[in-house]
Amino acid sequence: MIRPQAPDRLLVIVPALNEEGAIGQVVREVKEFVPNAQVLVIDDSSTDSTVKVARAAGADVLPMPHHLGVGGCVQAGYKLAYELGFDYVIRVDGDGQHQASDIPRIMDRLKSTGAEMVIGSRFVSDNGSRTGAVRSLGIGFFRMVLRPILGKAVYDPTSGFVGVNRRALDVFSRSFPLEYPEIEALVVLQRRRFRFEEVPCRFRPRTSGRSSITALKSMYYIVHVLLGVFINVLRWDRRFHRGNGG
Amino acid sequence: MDRLLNVTTAVSGLLLLIVLFSVRRAHIRVEYSVSWLLAALVMLVLSRARPLLDAVRKLMGLPDSPLALFLLAGAVALIMFFRFSIVLSHLRDDNVALAQRVAMLEYRLRSIGEHES
Repeated sequence: MIRPQAPDRLLVIVPALNEEGAIGQVVREVKEFVPNAQVLVIDDSSTDSTVKVARAAGADVLPMPHHLGVGGCVQAGYKLAYELGFDYVIRVDGDGQHQASDIPRIMDRLKSTGAEMVIGSRFVSDNGSRTGAVRSLGIGFFRMVLRPILGKAVYDPTSGFVGVNRRALDVFSRSFPLEYPEIEALVVLQRRRFRFEEVPCRFRPRTSGRSSITALKSMYYIVHVLLGVFINVLRWDRRFHRGNGG
Repeated sequence: MDRLLNVTTAVSGLLLLIVLFSVRRAHIRVEYSVSWLLAALVMLVLSRARPLLDAVRKLMGLPDSPLALFLLAGAVALIMFFRFSIVLSHLRDDNVALAQRVAMLEYRLRSIGEHES
């Protein structure tokens, strides 16, 4: 069983659904670049050999009893990490887009700034990362929407390459969006006046499988996320904004 | 118009019977049958009690009674669908929380088993 290990007490969680082609390499890379970290693959009821390949690569696997979606999987990882006493959790996608060599920089930023969340960002500086035209438009739109809500610019609000500390773990293990969680999670943190930072990272094109957000789902995605953001804004807890909240 | 009201009476009676049989066979829980039974009863009473239906029509400011009856039925159906959406949302949240808990417990059990062996 995974146990927090000094010095960082870091857990790397990898939500995965039918990623047998990429998951082994993802796990091996994480172990190579962050040897002190524990690696937990959260399998969302894959129908292929994801679980077998992940275990063979040396990861612990938390298999979901049935398909929960990425938010349900990530929250299960946060809950387990919180209960087992981990201080930091970094989420890496199972499709191989995130580079494990960036994890130490996310970890350093979490520790040095004390920010509750650090996002591995493709766009915080021009590092050559490119994404599709429609997706770029969507990201631009959500940047614009989130700017006044968060009180600062967020360059890559849809990034799933995210590190959190124990304070955020406490919150997320109790309240975490189930579908398309990345953007809403920022607003959930902002409701508690938590801070986030962005670290420039380079993403690779996905090596296998396909994105869960297809062109047909894009409209639904925008409406769903917008609604989630505004519902979270409506839930804003005033006591946190008087500066005496915990 | 009388024929339309007779059809409404028949449909309401049928709905009432179906719901009662479903409750008896435990296909639907009592707490979720109440709204269906109430809706069927209201439709049944309104389709048989013409003065009452006319009073409702006047209250709604509509030109004819069957329209009032069907608008009322539509409104009740919408309220019931909304109620079921709330129930479904709660069930989904509970289901996710349970699945996560089961996964974590299985993970811990598996780890204990591996440790012992």
